[in-house]
Amino acid sequence: MESLIGLLVAAPLLGAALLLVGGRRLDRFGHWLATGLAALSFTLAAVLFVDMLGRDGGDRALSQHLYSWVPVNGFQADIAFQLDQLSMTFVLLITSVGTLIHLYSVGYMEHDVRRRRFFAYLNLFLAAMLILVLADNYLLLYVGWEGVGLASFLLIGFWQHKPSAATAAKKAFVVNRVGDVGLAIAIFLMFSTFGTFAFSPVLSDAEQASEGTLTAIGLMLLLAACGKSAQVPLQSWLGDAMEGPTPVSALIHAATMVTAGVYLVVRSGAIFDGAPAAQTVVVVVGAVTLLFGAIVGCAKDDIKKALAGSTMSQIGYMMLAAGLGPIGYVFAIMHLVTHGFFKAGLFLGAGSVMHGMNDEVDMRRYGGLRKYMPVTFVTMGLGYLAIIGFPYLSGFFSKDEIIYAAFGKGGTEGWILGGVTLLGAALTAYYMTRIMLMTFFGEKRWVKDAEGKDPHPHESPLSMTVPMIVLAVGSVGAGFVFNLNHSFVDWLSPVVATADGNSPVSHGMVSVLATVLMLVGVGAAWFQYGRRPIPEVAPTGVWITRAARRDLLQDDFNHAAFVTPGSYLTRGLVYVDHKLVDGVVNGTAAGFGGLSGRLRKVQNGFARSYAASMFGGAAILIAVTLLMRAV
Amino acid sequence: MNSWTHAQGVLETPQFEWVALSPTLIVVGAAVIGVLVEAFAPRRHRYGTQVVLAVLALATAFAAVVGLAADGHASTQAQVAGMGALAVDGPALFLQGVLILVGFVSVFLFAERRLEPAEHGRAVDSFAAQAAATPGGTAEKLAVKSGYTTTEIFPLMLFALGGMLLFPAANDLLMLFIALEVLSLPLYLLCALSRRRRLLSQEAAVKYFLLGAFASAFLLFGIALLYGYAGTLSYAGIADVISGAPPAVDPGLAATMGNDAYLLIGGALVVMGLLFKVGAVPFHMWTPDVYQGAPTPVTGFMAAATKVAAFGALLRLLYVTLPGMRWDWEPVLWGVAIASMLAGAVIAITQTDVKRLLAYSSIAHAGFILAGVLAVSEDGVSSVLFYLAAYSFVTLGAFAVVTLVRDGEGEATHLSKWAGLGRRSPLLAGVFALFLLAFAGIPLTSGFAGKFAVFSAAADAGAMGLVIVGVIASAIAAFFYVRVIVLMFFSEPQEDGPSVVVPSPMTTSMLGVAAAVTIVLGVAPQYFLDLAGQAGVFVR
Repeated sequence: MESLIGLLVAAPLLGAALLLVGGRRLDRFGHWLATGLAALSFTLAAVLFVDMLGRDGGDRALSQHLYSWVPVNGFQADIAFQLDQLSMTFVLLITSVGTLIHLYSVGYMEHDVRRRRFFAYLNLFLAAMLILVLADNYLLLYVGWEGVGLASFLLIGFWQHKPSAATAAKKAFVVNRVGDVGLAIAIFLMFSTFGTFAFSPVLSDAEQASEGTLTAIGLMLLLAACGKSAQVPLQSWLGDAMEGPTPVSALIHAATMVTAGVYLVVRSGAIFDGAPAAQTVVVVVGAVTLLFGAIVGCAKDDIKKALAGSTMSQIGYMMLAAGLGPIGYVFAIMHLVTHGFFKAGLFLGAGSVMHGMNDEVDMRRYGGLRKYMPVTFVTMGLGYLAIIGFPYLSGFFSKDEIIYAAFGKGGTEGWILGGVTLLGAALTAYYMTRIMLMTFFGEKRWVKDAEGKDPHPHESPLSMTVPMIVLAVGSVGAGFVFNLNHSFVDWLSPVVATADGNSPVSHGMVSVLATVLMLVGVGAAWFQYGRRPIPEVAPTGVWITRAARRDLLQDDFNHAAFVTPGSYLTRGLVYVDHKLVDGVVNGTAAGFGGLSGRLRKVQNGFARSYAASMFGGAAILIAVTLLMRAV
Repeated sequence: MNSWTHAQGVLETPQFEWVALSPTLIVVGAAVIGVLVEAFAPRRHRYGTQVVLAVLALATAFAAVVGLAADGHASTQAQVAGMGALAVDGPALFLQGVLILVGFVSVFLFAERRLEPAEHGRAVDSFAAQAAATPGGTAEKLAVKSGYTTTEIFPLMLFALGGMLLFPAANDLLMLFIALEVLSLPLYLLCALSRRRRLLSQEAAVKYFLLGAFASAFLLFGIALLYGYAGTLSYAGIADVISGAPPAVDPGLAATMGNDAYLLIGGALVVMGLLFKVGAVPFHMWTPDVYQGAPTPVTGFMAAATKVAAFGALLRLLYVTLPGMRWDWEPVLWGVAIASMLAGAVIAITQTDVKRLLAYSSIAHAGFILAGVLAVSEDGVSSVLFYLAAYSFVTLGAFAVVTLVRDGEGEATHLSKWAGLGRRSPLLAGVFALFLLAFAGIPLTSGFAGKFAVFSAAADAGAMGLVIVGVIASAIAAFFYVRVIVLMFFSEPQEDGPSVVVPSPMTTSMLGVAAAVTIVLGVAPQYFLDLAGQAGVFVR
């Protein structure tokens, strides 16, 4: 069984290699090859999952040691995989949603000339993410981490002919780089503290390290997580990343990339448990991002950017839960999985709408689409109900558990966090209802596209709708299955620490509160967008709307805080380089050149002066030798 | 024991270790046969016969070296052979091996006949049709028309190589002098044999001969003084006298024996003679003129092999004979090393001719190698041995490239003509760039491994000052090496620039070998460093 783990990773990796190296002759069937390999990976994951269920909770983990990269004294860099319940959860999510997105892309990218390359990158993305969650040490995790960064760069900038896409890819890469530095420093600190990278000694011996060290490692890990998971203050890349093809957005937001940060924090739980200060920072980051993303999501007219704000907000929920420690870890992962289903479904739905509307993304130019795209409407509607936490759908279970755990933190903190999460639930209901109303209901506000063609909305082909239907089923049922007999908690508890909080509010009360606030959010959205026609040009709005449209001024802040001082610093350095360094260098070079020119005059071509030089040399040689003896 | 000190009584039958000396004997024997071939074989058969003869002889000689080394002659069985005149030990065998390989590769360069345009329907090589004909005269035209070629180059080259094989093995001063002359005289001749620019070539030969004779005179005078001091010519014997164990005083030398002035002056003069051969400052001035004027294959052979042989001889002299007066010669050689490194590197900056550029580069390299010599340790010896092996192949390769870049007037050696070469002939320019990077000592080339070995040996021996100057000189030198690379790859090609001639497989394979050695010694130097390390002990 162990050997299947390597194959699981190898399949998409092989696909990426074949498609990139194989060249044009793979153009005709390359996308099916990639989809098949992703499906193979999923099948292997399923086999491993069934096998794992056959064993007791305590010894479900498998490990596979492939080889030692650098086996020297005191430094072990191993390529080794570890498959426990936590990794298994991620593997199933990544491969299942990943396969569906591959399938969807077959239809979506049908007319793109570089389709083969697109599928190669998708496979690479999958492989990198699998390495990330399967690594049994932080060094290999870092390999996957960087692989994800590379693949996301390639995919966000896939339509590189558009300057906006190229810029977005660059932005995502640079912002992620800041986080990557954090991960690298965390790994350095781990190695200098524990002398190894492997999970088992680092995490099992974590309490032996001083709290200061653990706090430092924890904060650096959080920085890394903020980069990949688009948390404040490294959130700015996510919205721009919508420049990539829509399947890429679905993949980044649901199954890969943004979940990596949550995985990192939960996996490193032992370190955070020993560093309360770092944990508090995680909670704060989660709470701030939760509201930040939700507010941005409320104001965007671009359907994908609205959904991007939503993702940021939902990942904020997870991060907050992960920061709560053992009372929240399991629910962070649970929400991650349910979110994986409904957010993938929502994005694929958005892609389907765009597909039918000549790639129009402005929701103010949609309207009344439910009649033209019934499948898209129904599947997206189910995803919508799931994300707002409609009772007994997926989001209801996982989000309520997080709200309950937030209250369970206890004391004033508990009340604040509970309040924030409940407010987030209301905002979620508001912005999601807004999206649905603007897209599928109301008057048609369609306009001709750039080439003057009227849009002819139509249902998308089967290869696109089938994945949407499957994901809708997951959105509806996953939460219920997970909550049945605490199955999800029991599944993860052998590997992830769990604890009960001491919430001042009962579980039932939380559900009622959340549902009421959800209805308030829906009602507010209907009041604003369902009751009266939507203006085709966005009204100016109050200051908070204007700020939210500009992503709450994130780019203005970054520009003022980093770009401007940075460019002044660069200019200063360039000046110093030109005047001082170049001066010294050029002066030295000119000096040697002049010396050289003078010295070469000695070489005048006359044998007699050569002989004289030899004679003089011999005289000096003898004189110095004699002098040395005399001294 | 010298035979002539036994004038009275029965003359002993000289003992001669045929097997231990076989590498040299084979090469010199083949040279003699080569002369006979010139005398008796029909003209049209000479070229083929000579090439085959030289190749066979060198292959056999190399096998003999390997056999001797495998037999333990490089380590446990090291011995002094030929009545005390020649050492057969690690350094000698290592350097002889390198020399024979260099000679082997050079034969291909000498035998190349596809570079010059055919004259009167016959392929010709880089050498004059008839050496004795006046340049531009009727005799020359006649010789060219009759299709004469100077196939004497092969025996000449083998004779020179024979002398070079003796040079690092010479274990007494007389043998040192004989070896010097055996290697020098054929080289003087070879320098004069260029087919193109014959006047320049002859001028180079005359200069080389005059200055070489001058240096030989110094060397010989030094030998005489040392004999006066020690009463013996053998290295070990002189070393004994220096360390304070004089043998019975020869009555004829009673006035001079043990007088330190003779030792100091004599030692300095002998060292000077050798420094002339390695081309160290201030005895370097012949190198640019001779390197430029000589036929390029000869320059390549001479630049690579002479340096190997002369440094071998210098090492033995300093390590076996003169360690007792180490404090006297070290400061002088420090000065020579520093002057060579700096002068070579600095003057090379303003050179415009690629052959002269390489000549100054060789002067700087002589300085680098001297730094290793000055370590005065076993590491120093082995690092110098490695450096010489690495350097000789890079040099040969670089000059081989020079033979290929040609325009209507033969080789286009002016650097301005090399502009943009990388665009027209990327492969050849790439190979040349590899050699230049190796000269500059960039990692993953043999030059880096060699420089690192030499400098670390010097640093371990406490010669930090030399290392610092060496690194500075390397930095200066890197400038002009890289400048040529920039010129080749980033400048616009000239309108009527030179073209790269497609050579025969001989030059191609020779270039391939040089490039391969450069890369292998750079990427995986450890095996060869170990080999040189095992060969680091001199027999006494």
